[in-house]
Amino acid sequence: MSNFQYMRASALDEAAAKVKGAEDGAVLAGGMTLLPSIKLGLSSPSDLVDLGGIGDLAGITSAGGSVTIGAMTCHADVANSGDVPPALAAMASGIGDRQVRNRGTIGGSIANNDPAADYPAACLALGATINTDQRSIAADDFFTGLFETALNDGEIITSVSFPTPDKAAYQKFTSPASRFALVGVFVAAGSDGVRVAVTGCGQGGVYRDADLESALAASFSADALADKSVSSDNLLSDIHAAADYRAHLIVEMTKRAVAACG
Amino acid sequence: MPDGNATGIGASVPRKEDRRFITGKGNYTDDINRPNQTYAYFLRSDIAHATLNGVDTSAAEKAGGVVAVFTGADLAAAEVGGVPCGWALTFQNGDPMKEPGHPILAQGKVRHVGDPIAVVIAESRKQAKAAAAEIKVNLSDLPVVVDMTKAIEGGQSVHDEAEDNICFDWAIGDKAEVDAVFEGADHVTSIDIVNNRLIPNSMEPRVAIGDFEDSTGDYTLYTTTQNPHVIRLLMGAFVLKIPEHKLRVVSPDVGGGFGSKIFHYAEEAMVTWASAQINRPVKWTSDRSEAFMSDAHGRDHVTKASLALDKDGKFIGLKEETLANMGGYLSTFGPAIPTYMHSVLMAGVYTTPVIYSNIIAVFTNTVPVDAYRGAGRPEATYIIERLVDRAAREMGISQVELRRKNFIPEDAFPYQTPVALAYDSGNYNATLDTALKNGDVDGFDARKAESAKNGRLRGIGYSTYVEACGAAPSAVAGALGARAGLYECANVRVHPTGSVTVFTGSHSHGQGHETAFAQLVSEKLGMHTENIEIVHGDTEKIPFGMGTFGSRSLAVGGSAIDKALDKIIDKSRKIVSHILEAGEGDIKFADGNFTVAGTDKTMAFGEVALAAYVPHNYPLEELEPGLEETAFYDPTNFTYPAGCHVCEVEVDPTTGVTEVVKFTAADDPGTVVNPMIVEGQVHGGIAQGIGQALLEGCSYDDNGQLLTGSYMDYTMPRADNLPNYVVSTESTACTHNPLGVKGCGEVGAIGSPPAVINAIVDALSDLGVTDVAMPATPQTVWRAIQAAK
Repeated sequence: MSNFQYMRASALDEAAAKVKGAEDGAVLAGGMTLLPSIKLGLSSPSDLVDLGGIGDLAGITSAGGSVTIGAMTCHADVANSGDVPPALAAMASGIGDRQVRNRGTIGGSIANNDPAADYPAACLALGATINTDQRSIAADDFFTGLFETALNDGEIITSVSFPTPDKAAYQKFTSPASRFALVGVFVAAGSDGVRVAVTGCGQGGVYRDADLESALAASFSADALADKSVSSDNLLSDIHAAADYRAHLIVEMTKRAVAACG
Repeated sequence: MPDGNATGIGASVPRKEDRRFITGKGNYTDDINRPNQTYAYFLRSDIAHATLNGVDTSAAEKAGGVVAVFTGADLAAAEVGGVPCGWALTFQNGDPMKEPGHPILAQGKVRHVGDPIAVVIAESRKQAKAAAAEIKVNLSDLPVVVDMTKAIEGGQSVHDEAEDNICFDWAIGDKAEVDAVFEGADHVTSIDIVNNRLIPNSMEPRVAIGDFEDSTGDYTLYTTTQNPHVIRLLMGAFVLKIPEHKLRVVSPDVGGGFGSKIFHYAEEAMVTWASAQINRPVKWTSDRSEAFMSDAHGRDHVTKASLALDKDGKFIGLKEETLANMGGYLSTFGPAIPTYMHSVLMAGVYTTPVIYSNIIAVFTNTVPVDAYRGAGRPEATYIIERLVDRAAREMGISQVELRRKNFIPEDAFPYQTPVALAYDSGNYNATLDTALKNGDVDGFDARKAESAKNGRLRGIGYSTYVEACGAAPSAVAGALGARAGLYECANVRVHPTGSVTVFTGSHSHGQGHETAFAQLVSEKLGMHTENIEIVHGDTEKIPFGMGTFGSRSLAVGGSAIDKALDKIIDKSRKIVSHILEAGEGDIKFADGNFTVAGTDKTMAFGEVALAAYVPHNYPLEELEPGLEETAFYDPTNFTYPAGCHVCEVEVDPTTGVTEVVKFTAADDPGTVVNPMIVEGQVHGGIAQGIGQALLEGCSYDDNGQLLTGSYMDYTMPRADNLPNYVVSTESTACTHNPLGVKGCGEVGAIGSPPAVINAIVDALSDLGVTDVAMPATPQTVWRAIQAAK
């Protein structure tokens, strides 16, 4: 672990300026990934700019059929919110453990875009909009690869807006060891049609499965997937799940998510 | 338990040690800091096999805060010895095993990821670690051998001394005789088994502090060991050539060992030696990632085994051929685990008349393998109980009936097995009956039907096991290759006012000795445990000790305490005889009071103690003052805990997820001193057994890289992986130790894995599945189902 300068910003523009001005600055949200990375020597930023002091970055507001979650809102607050879609609250309640859910934030999770994280699947399936200090980005354009997003250097997520789906559910099959998603499938049906987002599986991170979406668009039922299979090409493979097992679980978790939509 | 003595044998006395543990007041090795202390960081190999051409430490030596940097060359120049092996095996022809050196820091080659190459000693851990990054290591890659079969079939040699990577090829039993029995058998059941490699993961990582005192020439090593005297002996005599009177080893509170803290490790010798070089204390604290690649691993056997039966299902012969992984170097007891802790258990609880066990120990480019909770006996039990389960299925005999038919009957004890051990006592039908009842096995079919309604496949699996604890008769161990005796020592010091301190060689690192041992004293002297203190873990305080492993503490260490207490009572009786003017034979001792038969003369134990230390009226011409006795106890046999574990699982056939929904254990640990502690030991052991069966599996890739190098990939059992256990004891007394105790520390880990896997096989038997490998992860179970389709 190397030394770094710590700074707690009180306003968004101050944080942005500080990150920009640093030799190798990093934005600190909940720190659930960044701090362990620094401790293990995998990351060594010169400056950490903590967003925790910027009050208006946290909180949940709903208006006009959509709900907006501040970037610094922790998972526990989303899990306990009556304003967010129930599927999103349920998903948030299953992230990590109690400590993680009270420190980790939605903004941090999606900015990091871990290929096994839960929030990216929710954003994609629900057709969320990611709002930054510079612009708004559709979820479909946001997640660009493993740990890669459309964010520019120094661009800071301020909130995420979710339209209210007609139906939605998330099913996670966890890694026995880490309890991260080995396969996570978020299914949503709404004005945008049926969207199926898969996390934990893609070599390029979270993705939408067009094939499963069209099958469900034709008939939104688990039975519609009875004979469905997905290709294991381009899926991750590791000691806990080879690509073919992940492919099998994607269909199974999709069925369960559809069934959970009621 | 005497009347009014709530803390004697058989009482669930709350653990005396827990208050300090749960309030954060334990004193662990890492809590110890010595004045002017420095910090060591080990630079470890990140490749599995390479020639070590050179190590350039010049930049590291100049780095901030660095006090010294040492390499294997420095240790060679100083003629520091290597880590010794404590057990010598032989080839079948009598040739000694191949015993290559195990240098403290790598010399000539690195042989596994984690092999230490250099140590940096600095003013802080951070500085030491930063400086280590400045060390330039010149390595030339060598081909890597991870798979044991490949290793012995022309694989790259790990050691020049063992060109074919075979450390020893050893056997017990008459192969020709066993083969002949198999020729004539009505039925032969065979199985191929991989007993998965496990990484121990005690809660507290290893720590060592070397502290040399220049003015006296005394060395002190503070270390996280299960047996401080053994470390003093091994390190002092074989590595650093320090005589015992100049070397003190302190092992304070230790946060779990499970076997992995038995062994003498290179880091202990390194910090001790380095402390003398720099004339300052040197502290090393392992981090968790380092523990994964430097603590000795467990298990890792590959076995082909067969069971021969007659037409009625009577076992008539058993044979196994096992490859046992030694890793890159021999750890302290590595060679003993697959042989004298394993092959000699291959009779199990059955009357199988002829047995042949062939063990080939193999060097590979992996972390050394040694004892881990159960140590050899889980591997034996797993082979036997998987074979029995499969034989029952193949022959259409019920699991319970086939076992009963082959049990060693209750009236056959002492029972001489064909593989050296002679069991002194047991009642295998009794533990089986209890498990069947407590596990409501009669209700299984109804539960299975209920599970099926929810799309779950329910299965039931059995394991009836025996193990050998209480190591060991020293003469027997010596004849079998042990390089040490395996007795235990106790010193009982009665203080002038009658309270007692016991100094025991049995180290406690979670087992509750401070309570259970105090109960032995309470029982015998009729005093409350609050007046009794148990001291362990310091070679300067304890006369001697072989330490804690193999569930031996109560059977051997407890018996030593019992013997010392006998001496205390004998001496007390002489004192009472003098003071009360009565013949020794007329003096009875019960409930803490000496009484003269037929009179109302009495003396409390505390009064005797005072008389011994204030000898105004005392037989000084015959007896020394004071009341303190030491005893060494060397057992005449192993002890043989046994029992029955019954497991029920539910499998989700679409995902392969297996849930243990019911687990029933009925164990025979001999006399139970503290039922609560026994129950806790069994719970912990089963957790580790279920861990092995379902979750834990150390995995290397072909390059010898550890794929399960952290908790992100190595699956430790957690509370939500485990059911509520139903555990009970059904004891028969050990016949050859004074307490009648057998042991309970390992039974859970020994008995449970085959019960779990047999249950999964049962659940999937309707799908045509006949085998599932450990760990039965969801993916493994799913693949077994797919393969059977």
